[in-house]
This record gives sequence, structure tokens and C-alpha cells, in this order.
Amino acid sequence: MRHILSLLLENEAGALSRVAGLFSARAFNIESLTVAPTEDPTISRMTVVTSGSDAIIEQITKQLNKLVDVVKVVDLNEYRHIERELMLIKLTAQKEERDEAKRMVEIFRGRIIDVTENTYTIEMTGTGEKLDAFIEALGDSMILEVVRSGVSGISRGDKAIQS
Amino acid sequence: MAKKREILRGAEIFCRALKDEGVKHLFGYPGGAVLHIYDELYKQDAVQHILVRHEQGATHAADGYARATGKPGVVLVTSGPGATNAVTGIATAFMDSIPLVVFTGQVPTHMIGNDAFQEVDAIGITRPCVKHNFLVKDVKDLAKTIKKAFYVATSGRPGPVVVDIPKDITADSCEYDYPKEVEMRSYRPVVKGHPGQVKKAAKLILSAKKPMIYSGGGVILGEASKELIEFSRLLGYPITNTLMGLGAFPATDKQFIGMLGMHGTYEANMGMHHCDVLIAIGARFDDRVTGDLEKFCPYAKIVHIDVDPSSIAKNVPVDIPIVGDVKHVLTDLIDLIKNDKDKPDAKSLKSWWQQIHDWKAIDCLKFDRTTDVIKPQYVVEKLWELTKGDAYVTSDVGQHQMWAAQFYPFDKPRRWINSGGLGTMGFGLPAAMGVKLAFPDETVACITGEASLVMCIQELSTCLQYNTPVKIVSLNNRYMGMVRQWQEFFYSSRYSHSYMEALPDFVKMAESYGHVGMRIEKTSDVEGALKEALAMTDRTVLMDFVTDQTENVYPMIASGKGHHEMHLQPERELA
Repeated sequence: MRHILSLLLENEAGALSRVAGLFSARAFNIESLTVAPTEDPTISRMTVVTSGSDAIIEQITKQLNKLVDVVKVVDLNEYRHIERELMLIKLTAQKEERDEAKRMVEIFRGRIIDVTENTYTIEMTGTGEKLDAFIEALGDSMILEVVRSGVSGISRGDKAIQS
Repeated sequence: MAKKREILRGAEIFCRALKDEGVKHLFGYPGGAVLHIYDELYKQDAVQHILVRHEQGATHAADGYARATGKPGVVLVTSGPGATNAVTGIATAFMDSIPLVVFTGQVPTHMIGNDAFQEVDAIGITRPCVKHNFLVKDVKDLAKTIKKAFYVATSGRPGPVVVDIPKDITADSCEYDYPKEVEMRSYRPVVKGHPGQVKKAAKLILSAKKPMIYSGGGVILGEASKELIEFSRLLGYPITNTLMGLGAFPATDKQFIGMLGMHGTYEANMGMHHCDVLIAIGARFDDRVTGDLEKFCPYAKIVHIDVDPSSIAKNVPVDIPIVGDVKHVLTDLIDLIKNDKDKPDAKSLKSWWQQIHDWKAIDCLKFDRTTDVIKPQYVVEKLWELTKGDAYVTSDVGQHQMWAAQFYPFDKPRRWINSGGLGTMGFGLPAAMGVKLAFPDETVACITGEASLVMCIQELSTCLQYNTPVKIVSLNNRYMGMVRQWQEFFYSSRYSHSYMEALPDFVKMAESYGHVGMRIEKTSDVEGALKEALAMTDRTVLMDFVTDQTENVYPMIASGKGHHEMHLQPERELA
């Protein structure tokens, strides 16, 4: 099953490679990984999307917690949560394609953020599923480039994950 | 008013911090990146530097020292090859959770990443085989980082910590302040077990009809031998130890039924297979212990006590997990069991012990005592007799290691020193040297084989320089014995590259290093040679025992088999 793990870790050189190294060394899956500092510059927030049986997810969580740089690990699947991903996507958009592309962007609530005679560049946020759906709706022929941020997640309601 | 502190250079800070940490021995090898530090070491005498002959030897020696004393072993090596040579020893310590603090020199900060002379990414290379590592980027962080390194290495589940120090940091100066303690928000090991879980465990333990206690290296690392003995005696349950756990419970005690696992005793493995409650204490269900996981302890409810949450339910699902320091958890369990109105089920226990005695009667460790050619088991047994079972014994890896574990019953913790997890050949001799430095008045023996021994043979030179008279018991069968054994069993006796065609004359080799060498070829000479060697308390003696080439380690569970599928010697195979 797919899980979104949210980590707080010391914002130290090498912390990212410790996490990435752990996943490769122990042959855990990694679907996406994003990391950036938080409001506290000494702490980074990382979101890892992974998959595995309950036993594997338990082991991943424990191994992450064991890393000395990791302050906290939360499995967002255990909470009501919101996930978002940012995608930047460049399309060929010529003549009659242009209207079609614009309509699709509107339907998926994206924004066109750069335009040339032959292309549109679109910004879109949403769940990974929604972004997948947009890519599928466009079809391969129009897509020039896809840049995705990987998933970020946060719990719903009053609950906050803090160090 | 704040106390005015001394301004010191990084290299001085390094030496002062080691002194303030109470470090007595530093195993190392100099080189360009650590020359400032070596210059300061020259000027002080609080810390004795032991100059090894290869950095692998430094880490193994520090490791042996740590295993025997319980204190962290400390290593200093230079950048580049100094660091990479140390890696095998670091990984060895990591797999067995041994506290080491390894300082690696690094090229100056401004040259990092430039492919400078003797530069390697020591942090990157060691990352998967350390508990943690640090790169010191500012001299102001040096003292605090050293303190953190010792704290992390020795607390919780111990392990090696690497501190990489660029050369310019050792030249820079700042105020010296060695913290008494450090707090790390991201690192807080659990000590006490959850009271609810401990209570549940006590109930289950007392309800057992066919109980087994299975304890591992965690009991030794956690200094919980006394508690383990009290716990086991209180219950009267049979106990088995892992390879790493030997000595935590006295092996000559009647409750002890031997080591378990691939080369464990028949009674221990059958006991595991048939038990109804398994009490795992500071053990990690390693594959050499469990055999086929599908067939592991099929009838048992399992209690697992471990300081490392990730060890629990990693390989085997557990009914009652308890995360905590084994010493604390055992103390709590003892209290609960003593005060419980329920007592162990004496009747069931009696028939369970009867069953175990029947298994024991098979005498799975029997070997042929009539041969003129030396049986390796006999040498180990004699060593045990002559040292009254009270020596510190290190070993390398292979058949001799298993024979040492089987035929030298350890009655005290920290006496049996071997590379269990990583299985590092070359460990034994430098480790013995480290032990002897810690305990100069104790008998220290290294049970080894000729293939393992030569992997770190250069440390014989260190043994002479620092006067560490260890007794090397080399069981020389001219083969990599365990490789040969597997080739015999699983590769139709095709002995592919496991035979040593050109071995040195070990007697002359020992002599050329300034030690005593002996060659022993007949069973009748074994005892005399051992006596003679042990009597030379001030000399390192290399005993080259020419042993039976065809001897194999039994009993054996082939990989992929269960505990109840053991093999005895072929002629004694059970139906």
C-alpha cells in the first residue's frame, strides 16, 4: 500500500543522503521524496512517498527513526491529511491545439504561466492522481516536458507535526 | 562572570577532549591530514597511542578493547586510504553494535571536493556502516562534536561513530570547553520498557509449559548478565545463547543448553522448535540463528526485549514486544515475577526438561578422540581446561570460530570476542591485542585458522612493540575450512580455490616478528604445547596446530532449513 511519510530532520549537510541511503541500502521503495527547510531554519521537512506491506512500512518508520538526524517520523496515512504536488508541464500548442489545451487547463484548474508561438507552459497543483489524469488526458503527443515536485503532505485539522 | 577559557588549537582540543573523556588508548596510524594532531599527541602522555601496522588492525584492536571492557574503542587514522582501510573494522563493529569512535583526517576544508591528494568522502563511504558520522566544519564545533560522538557511540544500541576532521580545523584555534553532557533532540534512546507490556510479558512467561530463553549480544552490551542469571534461575527455564551472547549466562550451568543456530547444539535447536513461549532478550533473530523463517518456532508465543525498536518484528513477528534497555526490563520482570502469585508450572517444566535431557543425550558435539592427527575440537577443549575456562578468547571467522564457540564454554560475559555479524576474517589477532592492552594480567588467546590469521598478520609487529603477549592458537588445516566444508556438502567436493598452496612457515614467521613459534602435529603433543605456551606469560606465542583437514563443524542446519532439521556427523545421522 502507498504511504506518505512526513519527517522532520536536522537541517544538516548529509541528512538527505542518510535518508536516501537508507532506502537504497535496505531495498525499500521510494516513489518520491521532497525536502526543504521549515520556519525553523535548523529543521527540514521531508515528505517521502513509499509503498509496502504493513510490516515493511513499520520497518521503514523504525529505521528512519533510528537515524540520528531524524527528529520525527509521522505516517500521514494514519491521519486525515491533505497531499499536494506541483507540476510544471510544457506542451506543444499550435493553431487549433491552443484552444483545446486552454480548455483542458481550465478543467483541471491549472494556470498557463508562459506562452510562446508554439508552446504553453502550465502550472498545476493537486494530488498525484489528478496530475496523472491531466497527463493522460493530454496524451503523449503534446507533452514536451514534465517537472513534478513530488508529494508534500500535511495533516488536516488542528493537529500539527512539530519538533 | 564567565570563567575565562583557554584558547587552544584544534589539535590540542582533540587531545584534551580525549583526556577529558577518559580515553586511555588510541589506536592509530599517522598521515598527512592528521599531522597536527600527531604533533600534539607527542607532547602529552594522558592518552597512549598504539601504532598499528594497518588501519584495519586499528579498528579491530579498538573493537576488541571495547568488547572486553565495555568502554568505547578509539581510533585515529589519516584521510584517504587511512579512512578506507578502517572501513572493514568499522563495519565489523557496526554489525555487532560495538561502541567505537573513529577519527578520520580529512583534506583542508577549502580543498574538499577537489580530488585532493589522499581525499575520499569518508562521510559518504562510512555512512551505511556507522551509527552516525560527523564532519567538523568549524573548530568551534570540535569539542562538542567529540562529546556527541562518544555519547552516540555508547548509548542506546551502541555502534561506531566516525568524526571526519579536515586538517585546517586542527590548526585553527578557539576557546576550549568540553561539555559534560550533550542533549540531542533527534536522539533520545529509550531506557525503560513500557510497564503494560512488561506486565503482559510476565504473565505469558509464567504461563509457559515449554519455555525457552534465547539471549543475545544485547545482554552483554547492556551489562545485564547478572539480571539474566537471576531471571533464568528464578524461573528455572532452559536458556540458549546466540554466538554473540555467549558468556552472558554461565555455559557450565545446568540450565544452559548450548548455543543455538546453524552450528548450535541439537538440544538448543530442538528446544527452540518445540517451545511454546520464547523469551528473546537482546537478540535480533539473525538468519544464522533462525534458519528458515517459515519453520521458525512454530508453536511459540514470542516476547522480544530489545533496546532497538527496529530489531523487533524485523524478521519474525512478535507477540509481546518490549522496547527498552535489557537491564531495566529484566529488573522489572524479575520484580513482577517474584511478586506474582502464579509460579512457573513445575509439572510441565519437569517433563520439558526431561525432553531436553533426552535430546542432550544424543551428544551432538561428539568427535573422534582416538586419532593421532589433531582434531581441532580437542585443541579448543584443552585450551579451555588449561586456562580454567577463564581466558579472554578472540577468534577469526570460519570453522575454528564455531569450534571455539562450541568447545570453550564461557562462564562470564565479555570473554568471547568475535566478529559475529559481519564475519570478518583478520579480526582475531588485532582484537586480541586490544584486549591484552586493556587487561595486561589476563590470559588472552586468539583461536584462529591459518587463512584468517594471515589477513592481519602484520599486527604481530604491533604486539611486540607494545608488549601484548597473546597466545595464538592457529588450527591449520591448509584450507579455508568453512568454505571447504560448504564445497564438500553443496558443491560435490569441488574445492574451488579454498586450498592454500603456499603457506608460510609459521614458526619462522613468528620468530621473525620477535615472538615464539611452535608447530604441533600430533594429538599427544597438544597439551604439552599449550602448557608451554601459556607458561610464557611475557611472550606472544604462535601455535601452529596441524589439524585434520577433513574435519567438519557439526551439528549443522543447512541454510533454508528449520531448527528441527539438523544434521549430525554423517555416520551418526538421526533418522
